[in-house]
Amino acid sequence: MSNNLKLFTTPLAKNNPITVQILGICSCLAVTAQLKPAVVMALSVTVVVALSNFIISLLRNTIPPRIRIIVQLVVVSALVILVNQVLMAFVYDVSKQLSVYVGLIITNCIVMGRLEAFAMSHKPFESLLDGIGNGLGYGIILVILGFVRELLGSGTLWGYPVMEKLGMYKIGYENNGLVIMAPMALILVGIIIWIQRSKDKDLQEN
Amino acid sequence: MEYINIFIKSIFIDNMIFAFFLGMCSYLAVSKTVKTSAGLGIAVTAVLTITTIVNFWIDKYVLRPGALSWLGENFANVDLSFLSLIMFIAVIAAIVQILEMVVEKFSPSLYNSLGIFLPLIAVNCAVMGGSLFMQQRDYSNVGEVACFAAGSGLGWFLAIVGIAAIREKLRYSHVPPALKGVGITFIITGLMGMAFMSFMGIKL
Repeated sequence: MSNNLKLFTTPLAKNNPITVQILGICSCLAVTAQLKPAVVMALSVTVVVALSNFIISLLRNTIPPRIRIIVQLVVVSALVILVNQVLMAFVYDVSKQLSVYVGLIITNCIVMGRLEAFAMSHKPFESLLDGIGNGLGYGIILVILGFVRELLGSGTLWGYPVMEKLGMYKIGYENNGLVIMAPMALILVGIIIWIQRSKDKDLQEN
Repeated sequence: MEYINIFIKSIFIDNMIFAFFLGMCSYLAVSKTVKTSAGLGIAVTAVLTITTIVNFWIDKYVLRPGALSWLGENFANVDLSFLSLIMFIAVIAAIVQILEMVVEKFSPSLYNSLGIFLPLIAVNCAVMGGSLFMQQRDYSNVGEVACFAAGSGLGWFLAIVGIAAIREKLRYSHVPPALKGVGITFIITGLMGMAFMSFMGIKL
């Protein structure tokens, strides 16, 4: 496997930002009650991580180390403002649903974590790939959570009433309201971590 | 009465961690012992309260549509609200920096125990989230904002001290190897969140 391809694929599973690096948990739990906002959020975060990684990597030799956090925050928040305006213009209802969590991409630990750990010491193209990889690794978990929570919680997928069409309600099936509530999201992430770590023994903690 | 209501509501019902998952990263990373987590909790409460109040004034007199009308007739139609994200994060970063210097100057012992956490607070989602919720919920005066911010901070403090106490006990129990560490912490947080859900609907 070539080096660049590796940069792109390791964050998808082996070094996943949510389950392994434990970054960016807040938004991952809050926006996944339905599939649609989860996908929109995943795309927004991928765009912000990839572009901010690229820009900071271009600037990395000119940023004085003492004020690097502020420089990073300015670049990231400029990008987030752009994403926020685009969302408000094209998918207004989803943007209302995501509410403050779009703004919170600025303080999303994935963005700052990748900037500090990767972009400050690597070339622009590699940083871009790393950003896209991490954004998508985050996206995978969001989509899994959104899929499970919307299917079990409200019996729909992307707003399409799956359970009703399958005739599940007639044979006594009930939606599980708890899955939409906040605590169940945490427990689902716990279960995803459990499954991943039992498959991959290297990731277990002592 | 309104103030007490907002205060209680933001501690228990709209708890930053159990209801909105804000500040999860440091909550998971720093909750290994009760002592350090209590220190971080106090620091977050202080920063959250100060920054939310300052951001409320900035929002009221600079950012909102028509907020600049105190400058004169020409500014009455200016709407700078698209700048709020960058303004809020700048204010937070600056206040954290100032607080760090003040604490270092006046209380070196506190600085030594909090030292590493203070810069981290600048990127704590709970602090940024406090400002954004303040803007979204349209509090009418600074008293309500202060109650909301102090309550949210206190709620965060309670949550992190609670989980740290549980994790200290957890060291002596047999957790499946794949769940050790983060996995079990997530599940316990979920269970604590369910317990906090029982506060829902309380009105004073």
